[in-house]
Amino acid sequence: MNITWYLVVSALIFSTGVGGVLTRRNPLVILLCLELMLNGANLSLVAFARAHGNMDGQIFALVVMVVAACEVAVGLGLIVAIFRRRLPIDVDELRELQG
Amino acid sequence: MAGVIFFIAAIGAVAGAVGTVVLRNPFHSVLSLVCHLIFLAMLFLLLRAEFVAAAQVIVYAGAVMVLYVFVVGYIGGMEPGLAGKTGPGIRALSIVFALALFVELAIALIGSAVSALDTEGAPYQRPFGEPSEVGKQFLTTYLIAFEVASLLLLVAAVGAVILARRRAGLGEPRELEVRDLLSGSHLTQGEAEEGTLLEAGGPPHV
Repeated sequence: MNITWYLVVSALIFSTGVGGVLTRRNPLVILLCLELMLNGANLSLVAFARAHGNMDGQIFALVVMVVAACEVAVGLGLIVAIFRRRLPIDVDELRELQG
Repeated sequence: MAGVIFFIAAIGAVAGAVGTVVLRNPFHSVLSLVCHLIFLAMLFLLLRAEFVAAAQVIVYAGAVMVLYVFVVGYIGGMEPGLAGKTGPGIRALSIVFALALFVELAIALIGSAVSALDTEGAPYQRPFGEPSEVGKQFLTTYLIAFEVASLLLLVAAVGAVILARRRAGLGEPRELEVRDLLSGSHLTQGEAEEGTLLEAGGPPHV
């Protein structure tokens, strides 16, 4: 398969993630859609690594996965903290940074 | 053969992504994302990225998604999917934006003059994508990235514990700081006996 096909799939996954971030209001689902965007970028990195025949893209993809895991840990911690404070779990309601 | 597997994996990955976005129940969204990740690992295997595929399945679909499942189970679903109370105009506008982004990316890909894109890629040589090669790269060329990533993981783990830590009830929010945790102040101690698991829960709710 040509590398272009992989890149088109990656673009499709990325734009699906963008659509989810823009339309959903539950912060949990928004985090999931951010994961989708990161995965789309990962797929294109791995595809470019294959196209050029060197490993840099795969290393980059692994580092992106580490950063995504950190983002999930902090994001879920924030959501649990919001839930504990009995605040609404809805990004339209959570407009103020003050507690 | 590779073409058939590619299309199966690509359709599965895109369907999982769409399911994550449109399903009403956050729990179903998480399960759909797990499907998406497994099909994406198939695509990585087709691209000869064996180690990345294995890490994707074990770390992402295994560990991170379990974290999601637990938080969704703790908080519960509360938002009715795409049919929320957000106005239909804004929703349609968002979908139009996402479609415009896809079209733009596709034009950039198809119109680009990168000749390598129309090939199957560079000839495959043996150590490409294998764990030994990944380890060698991480410990030689990308040593700094490796160390910074481990430090970032440590900071994120400590930060998540502090953020999600149980505080006293709403009436008297006793704020905990990193300083308290480090100095072993009485604020961080629960009312249970020391050495039990209850101690980790902090002061009970009022």
